[in-house]
Amino acid sequence: MARALINVPQKVKSGQVIEIKTLISHIMETGFRHDNVGKPIPRNIITTFVARYNGEEIFRADLFPAIAANPFLSFHTVATESGTIEFEWTGDNGFHETGSAKITVE
Amino acid sequence: MMSTQTRWVGEAKRAHHRGAGRVGMALRAFAHPTIVLLALCAPLLATEIPLDQRRSGYEDLGRDSKAMEDDDTANPATFWVLDGETIWNQKAGTANKSCADCHGDAAQSMKGVAARYPAFDERLGRPVDLEERINLERRDRQNAAPFKFESHDLLALTAYLGRQSRGMPIAEATDPRLKPFIARGRALFEQREGQINMSCAECHDDNWGRKLAGNIVPQAHPTGYPIYRLEWQSLGSLQRRLRNCIVGMRAESYEFGSPEFVALELFLMQRARGMTIETPGVRP
Repeated sequence: MARALINVPQKVKSGQVIEIKTLISHIMETGFRHDNVGKPIPRNIITTFVARYNGEEIFRADLFPAIAANPFLSFHTVATESGTIEFEWTGDNGFHETGSAKITVE
Repeated sequence: MMSTQTRWVGEAKRAHHRGAGRVGMALRAFAHPTIVLLALCAPLLATEIPLDQRRSGYEDLGRDSKAMEDDDTANPATFWVLDGETIWNQKAGTANKSCADCHGDAAQSMKGVAARYPAFDERLGRPVDLEERINLERRDRQNAAPFKFESHDLLALTAYLGRQSRGMPIAEATDPRLKPFIARGRALFEQREGQINMSCAECHDDNWGRKLAGNIVPQAHPTGYPIYRLEWQSLGSLQRRLRNCIVGMRAESYEFGSPEFVALELFLMQRARGMTIETPGVRP
């Protein structure tokens, strides 16, 4: 059961720099490990993260096997207008998770 | 609790005072060299941490790890807490009952419970920890199969219960029936074992705050369990953490759920009595 936690300030002033924090549950299996009978454990990671502010892409990250389980990503942006910030994670085995947060700019 | 640093020196000092009161100078003169002798031996014996010098491992965390524990949306253990809430409300077993059907809102009914476990069980005649209590309830009330130790569901439910006691002080055990089990836990804590021939107390009582392989040796207070350990990339129980140290001493670990582990858990909780529950904690 994948879950995502998103932390976006709800009410901000126009032009303010805000921090956006995201956390998603994922095992981030590297593909370099073997099980107890020596069989390789196939890679299973998140490969891409994208954030869009009212449809416009503001942040993108590529993820790799060295990134720990439950990736935590935080970044800053300038609050320009009220609306929705959408988040999208994609990965191996068709992994796809989305989330969104409303923001009010005064 | 004794106010002096070392138990053995403390005993000697008390004997000295008693002696001085009753028999006077002659015995004081006799007692004095005894104290010196015991004081010389003291570094070899376990030293209990004075209550006001106890500190949570949280205080030794870096800034980023502290921020992770402090903010629920940055603390990965929140995933387990949320899943625990789901399990709390889910009907299970042939009784088709959920935890909530009997206990209602966990924020009310489970407040403070994790702060007083392990607790004495009448029927079993021994203390049980929170994990075993959950499984006993599943068996007796829900007619459901027990959760496996360290399974996602058991950790989730334990974390959810622990979360209800966050900010509360660890309760002092008042049940006299727990006494021999606390003593057993203390004995295990102070007993040397394994190929390295070490005890828990040698690190966590005598050398806390110093470095072991570059890491600060903590005092080992179970204030945040189950914890999200960055090394594990997962949540883990106190028993898993104990197993970790025991294997590190190259000793044979006890089984999950064994009486030895529960005695150790009980002793550690009493050693940390009055300290604040942080569950779910984050550690490196």
